[in-house]
Amino acid sequence: MSGRITLEHGSGGALARELTEQVIYPYFQSQDYPELVDAGSFSLAGPALLTTDSYVVDPPFFPGGDIGRLAVFGTCNDLAVCGAVPLVLTLALVLEEGFPIADLHRVLHSVRSAADEAGVRVITGDTKVVPAGKGGGIYINTAGVGRATPGLELSPARIRAGDRVLVSAPVGSHGLAVLAARESLAIGTTLLSDCANLHPLCAGLAELGPALRCMRDATRGGVAAVLNELASTGMGMEVLEDAFPIRPLVAAAANLLGLNPLEIANEGVLVAVVAAGAEAQALRILRGHPLGREARGVGTAVADRRGKVVLETTIGGRRYLDMPRGLLLPRIC
Amino acid sequence: MSPEAARANAARADARRQAAPLLEEIRKLCDALGREVRLMEVCGTHTVSIRRAGLRSLLPANLHLISGPGCPVCVTPAGYIDAALSLLDQPGLHLATFGDMVKVPGASGRSLVGRLGSGRLRILYSPAELPELARRTEGPVVFLGVGFETTTPTVAAAFLQAARSGIRNLFLYPAFKTVPPALRALLASPACAVDAFLLPGHVSAILGLEPYRFLEGPGGTPGAVTGFEPLDLLAGILSVLRQLAAGRRQVDNAYPRVVRPDGNPKARQVMEELLEPADALWRGLGEIPASGMVLRQEYRFLDAEERFGLPPLWNAEPPGCGCARVLQGILEPERCPLFGRGCTPEAPVGPCMVSTEGSCAAAYRYGGAAP
Amino acid sequence: MCLAIPMRVTELLPDGKARVRQDDLETVVDVSLVERADVGDFLIIHAGYAIEVLETEDAEERIRLFGEMTGR
Repeated sequence: MSGRITLEHGSGGALARELTEQVIYPYFQSQDYPELVDAGSFSLAGPALLTTDSYVVDPPFFPGGDIGRLAVFGTCNDLAVCGAVPLVLTLALVLEEGFPIADLHRVLHSVRSAADEAGVRVITGDTKVVPAGKGGGIYINTAGVGRATPGLELSPARIRAGDRVLVSAPVGSHGLAVLAARESLAIGTTLLSDCANLHPLCAGLAELGPALRCMRDATRGGVAAVLNELASTGMGMEVLEDAFPIRPLVAAAANLLGLNPLEIANEGVLVAVVAAGAEAQALRILRGHPLGREARGVGTAVADRRGKVVLETTIGGRRYLDMPRGLLLPRIC
Repeated sequence: MSPEAARANAARADARRQAAPLLEEIRKLCDALGREVRLMEVCGTHTVSIRRAGLRSLLPANLHLISGPGCPVCVTPAGYIDAALSLLDQPGLHLATFGDMVKVPGASGRSLVGRLGSGRLRILYSPAELPELARRTEGPVVFLGVGFETTTPTVAAAFLQAARSGIRNLFLYPAFKTVPPALRALLASPACAVDAFLLPGHVSAILGLEPYRFLEGPGGTPGAVTGFEPLDLLAGILSVLRQLAAGRRQVDNAYPRVVRPDGNPKARQVMEELLEPADALWRGLGEIPASGMVLRQEYRFLDAEERFGLPPLWNAEPPGCGCARVLQGILEPERCPLFGRGCTPEAPVGPCMVSTEGSCAAAYRYGGAAP
Repeated sequence: MCLAIPMRVTELLPDGKARVRQDDLETVVDVSLVERADVGDFLIIHAGYAIEVLETEDAEERIRLFGEMTGR
């Protein structure tokens, strides 16, 4: 099938059936998904976790990834940071009338290869079409089920004074890559999204047992948002600006656009809080994996200034690291 | 450790080492002055840089840094945003703007954010993209010309280039402002409590030092042209403190590696070819004579106001807006009658709250105190 | 109003443009607002335009200035 999506592709008629059978389903047909049915089936013994996320990234294709890859890793990462092993996904597509079918193939291919990388299967899905002007080309929702890891209790409520905050990888790449692609910012350099599957890092850290307090996937709002979110549950945080891993290219581009790398979205950065005594081991675990080579300890949970994140700056000053507000837009002032 | 990381580490350790003697001198001078000292950092980028560096936590308690009116976006009259929104109602018209303008609310309370998905609002990093954008677009393209003297020459260069290449669908909606007249206006009030100015580094790279000479001499106000990195900020602060201690009233250049006494004449020439001074309306401050720039007669064909019949700009602050006095250092944000009562970061009235880094917005978020 | 960063010229391009670089970041800017821009010069870049040429290497100039200011 070639050409573009039309309203008929979403109407439930013959064309819609064709789209599902001939374009979408072939990417996912498997032992776990042997035929097209209204509900996918799977078995799970023991406690399970369920999560969902919708993906509306604009543009859908950007350097380092695309909406399909995001839709798989984003949802799997949400399961992984809760200590679960991701197993199965749903895939709901909302396509805008006029969306090129060739692009749909690209996205589906990405979904499938990301799913393979993450060791998960897409076992059911849905497709709708909206009129031109009512959707951003393609929107995706994925829901994911994962097997909970027995004995692993992860929660910000477990954070104690003295606990250490770790960041697994350089920050600020994803948001900049998407911003540059969306606004065709003439900064003439290819910034790549860091879109990645964090499960291996999370599974590795689970070895720490109760010394692992909680984990978060640092997405929208960057590490600043995650740190504020963790602080809001009771402890204060003190972090060192110098300690955050940042690629020189990202730092320079952020500088040029007047943005703070700590507030920029990521899709492959894990924030973990561990007991102080377990920091060295945790860093060893993270650095033992390609995605965590540049892991750093960036700060400490503290008992004062509860609910706030204090940043020690490069020059030795101190200020609050705020919850970022709203959209990421380049500045000239 | 990679070579870049090693270099970066060395640079940081170096920055702290270089900062130490500057901070020590600053403390000594503030002690010696023994009173409350109020420095106005005129430039919005200074406000942001000071906060990013956490500078307040390093400075003596009797040294107060007041955010000035140097955020061109924040001092743009509310009516400008509403007029820009109305332009988007024109069929086929595209609007282009710097990112800074997008979140500012107009008198209606609405901002450009709501139009981001329309396909007719383009965020530009550089005015250099305008000629190409105009060529690619069938209908008219209007650029929101907001900025101080650092930015104005860049917009002028782009428009002159477009005019020379015969582009006919590119228009300018000017709201440019200039710094020296604003300083005069602030100082004109006898109640103005500013002891010294940190003058904008990059605006001064264009203007040079001459336009600030009115600050010098008896009855004047000391100033230092200041850069933006933490060490530059400390150097600027130290420079004015030394002046205050010695009773000097001059314009020092604490950013000589970028700012020449004569500034950048070529950039000024480009700016003055397209634009000329005019009286301008500042949000919160009212009209300041000769503080804006508009298109010269021979370039009026580029003017969006004329072409699209836009209404004259208007301010919409409810009575009680204390920004003028906050900016003059004689009113603390918390004491403004509208602070938190009708004026909040989500629904700001004057520039001090519109700017996310303005005195009032900062006071609202953390009581203005450093941790 | 003043967000600008120093970048080094790596190549002069036609139509008043130049390729500039800071660390790994490379971009093309307009140099028509400065008197000169040669390969190796450091330019102050604001909104895609060079607005000034950096006279000397950052570090030396600053050290000298701070020395003057603090009497060391």
